[in-house]
Parts: sequence; structure tokens; C-alpha cells
Amino acid sequence: MDKVKIGTCWLDGCSGCHMSLLDVDESIVAILRKADIVFGPLVDAQEWPEGTDVAIVEGAVSSQDDRELVQTARARSKYLIALGDCAVTGNVPSMRNGIPVRKLLERIYVEGADESAGIPTDGVPPLLRQAEPLRQTVKVDLHVPGCPPRPNAILMVLSELLEGREPDLGSKLRFG
Amino acid sequence: MVEKVKVRIDGEVIAATAGQTILEVARANSKYIPALCHMEGLSATGACRLCVVEVSGVAKLVPACTTPVAEGQSVVTSTPQIESYRKIALELLFAERNHVCAVCVSSGHCELQALAQEHGVTHVRYPYSCPRLPVDTTHPRYVLDHNRCILCGRCVRTCAEIEGAHVWEVAGRGIGSRLVSELQRPWGEATTCTSCGKCVQACPTGAMAEKGWAVEEMTKHKTVVSRLTSMREGS
Repeated sequence: MDKVKIGTCWLDGCSGCHMSLLDVDESIVAILRKADIVFGPLVDAQEWPEGTDVAIVEGAVSSQDDRELVQTARARSKYLIALGDCAVTGNVPSMRNGIPVRKLLERIYVEGADESAGIPTDGVPPLLRQAEPLRQTVKVDLHVPGCPPRPNAILMVLSELLEGREPDLGSKLRFG
Repeated sequence: MVEKVKVRIDGEVIAATAGQTILEVARANSKYIPALCHMEGLSATGACRLCVVEVSGVAKLVPACTTPVAEGQSVVTSTPQIESYRKIALELLFAERNHVCAVCVSSGHCELQALAQEHGVTHVRYPYSCPRLPVDTTHPRYVLDHNRCILCGRCVRTCAEIEGAHVWEVAGRGIGSRLVSELQRPWGEATTCTSCGKCVQACPTGAMAEKGWAVEEMTKHKTVVSRLTSMREGS
């Protein structure tokens, strides 16, 4: 039987959800007997491959690049998981949402700078007006909140999916 | 002479006293109805709509905390429709302000968070309104974070009914409603505030907290209000 293809990515997040994924410890071996990680910060692939089965997305949609990446992940995956509070609610990245982008950048990179004041434009993607939960950009099949989601919740979700069942977070549901 | 009434809650016949609310009778008989703006020892306002129940002969759902029991009444505390309305009420509370659990002093001890988890609210289906709201840190001992306020009014009623100081009030209308202290004075300048802190203990979220706590550290003494009320009634 072909292995299930899992892609992961992080948008406007802190990588904590990926850390929590790695925190399933040796259970990852059991997962990888049935699945391959085909894209993401944990592997080398440069392009999100077509025909991915499960996309695991950490972080809020906050920049042009975030938006393109999550749209690619969606288009090339059968099932998309919003992993963690940033992907589910916007969380900490969304705390800037009440402030216009221009004002925000000026406050930090001009008023707040001791030297070389100026808003960076080279090599950084333009920020969107607000940092948003994934569901405002793409269809999300499963929300797994938590900051980060606990390893046992992530393990349960992946194990259920690999068994062909729809995961139900039940008592493992938690925010923060 | 106390008038007795018989009601049915989830099929079970229960003897109650006229004048009691459905919520009181249900809780006294171990029937669970969730509630957020309700607090034992305070008057009921029916603000949060989490305690909505079905009552026979009434076309719409009614809040259990403000609806008195009546002879022959039949109450249902949970149906798929009730559960879906409770979920909507919770989601709208999250959408209205900036409840960022990850950086909240009350995370892990928050009634809103606990109810969301209990009701399987994995995400909010409505766009967040992301209002820009102030944090009042003018009081020497306490802090008020409007980002986390759900306007349940428990602090307002605690201050008015238990402490008798009436520092708190809700000003404005609809989505623009805000908790205010003493005619819009900063909390630290409110001359009527006795700094008793009972409002902080009554607050279900991290909107009111003691200063000096970090994320997840603020636990509250939720029984303060009900204990005071029952001791005063007993005397």
C-alpha cells in the first residue's frame, strides 16, 4: 500500500506547533511507517508536491507569501489541518489587527529603531491588512487549536487519519 | 405560605418553590445547564444566553436564569438546536473582542475558555471584529483588560449588590458597549472604589485580574460572592 503523503508548513507562527509535532517522540516512527513527510520545514523539498494527502498548516495568514503558500497547500492536498491557535484564531499575530500596517511598521522600524531606521522592503513579503485564521483564506477540514496543541492531541489526530477515521478532539480540545 | 409547584426537567418530575428560576431548580437537582453571566448570590440578567432551554408551550428558547418555574411546566435542557445556539453564543463572544488565550493571565482558569472546550467549539465561524481596546492599569492592585471583557455584568452586580459601591456600569450600545468605572473615570481615580477586589474574583475571564500575574497564573476565588450572600441571608 502506498504511504500517506503529509506536507507541513508554518506561516505567521513561532514554530511551536512543529515542535509539538516532534514532541510525539518515538511515536513518530509508527506514523512514518504509514506516512511520508513530503514537504515542510522538517524536510528538504523545495516545492509543495501535487497529490499530497494531508496538509498540516501552522500560523496565521499574515503576508502575501503566507496566502500563496496556504493556497498552494490547499490546492495540492486532499485534507487540510489548521494546527494551533494562530492557524485557528489568528492568536498572537492577530494582536496587530487593530493597527493599520503602515503605522505598525513605522512604529517598530522607524520610531523604534536606534540605527538604520527604515521600513524593510527587500526580501520580505508585504504584510496583509490583518493576520487572519486559515479559514478566511482556504477551506479547512479540521481545526486543532492549542498554543501549542499538545503532542497527544496531534498524535491522536494523525493516528485517526492514518486509520481512515475522522478525528474527534473531544476532551483533547483546548485553547492556549 | 410557600407555594409549591411541580415541574418536569428532562422528563424528571421535580418539586420546586414558586418564584425559583428554572436554573436554580435544575442546579439544585443536579441537572446541568451551562451559564456565564449567572453567578450564585447575584441577581440574574439573562445576558449571555448560554442557559437557553426549551419550555413546553413556548415557541422560542428562553434563558433558564431569568425564567421562573410554573406549575406543569416541562423543560428540556439540551437538544441539538439548543446546543447549536449555545455554540453560536460562545463563538460570537470570541468574535467580538480579542480573546488571545495564549497570552492571558486567566488561561486554564477561564470560564469562557472552559465552556468553549466543553461545547466542542474548535473554531469561530464568524469573522473576528478585532476592535482596538484599551487596558486600564491605573488601579494600584488590579487591571481591567477590555479585550477580554464579555459584558456579562458580574462585576457590575457584585459591586452594586454585594459591596454597595456601584463603581461599575456598562456604557454605550450594542457592539460599542463598554464597561466603565465611575462615569468614565479611570479605575485608579474612581473615588467610590473600595479596592475590595470582589469584582475581580467574580469576573469569568481575564478581563479583570490582580496585577503581578503572568500567563495562566491568575486563579479566582469564585465562591466569595455566593458565600457572602448566603452568610448575610443566614444572619
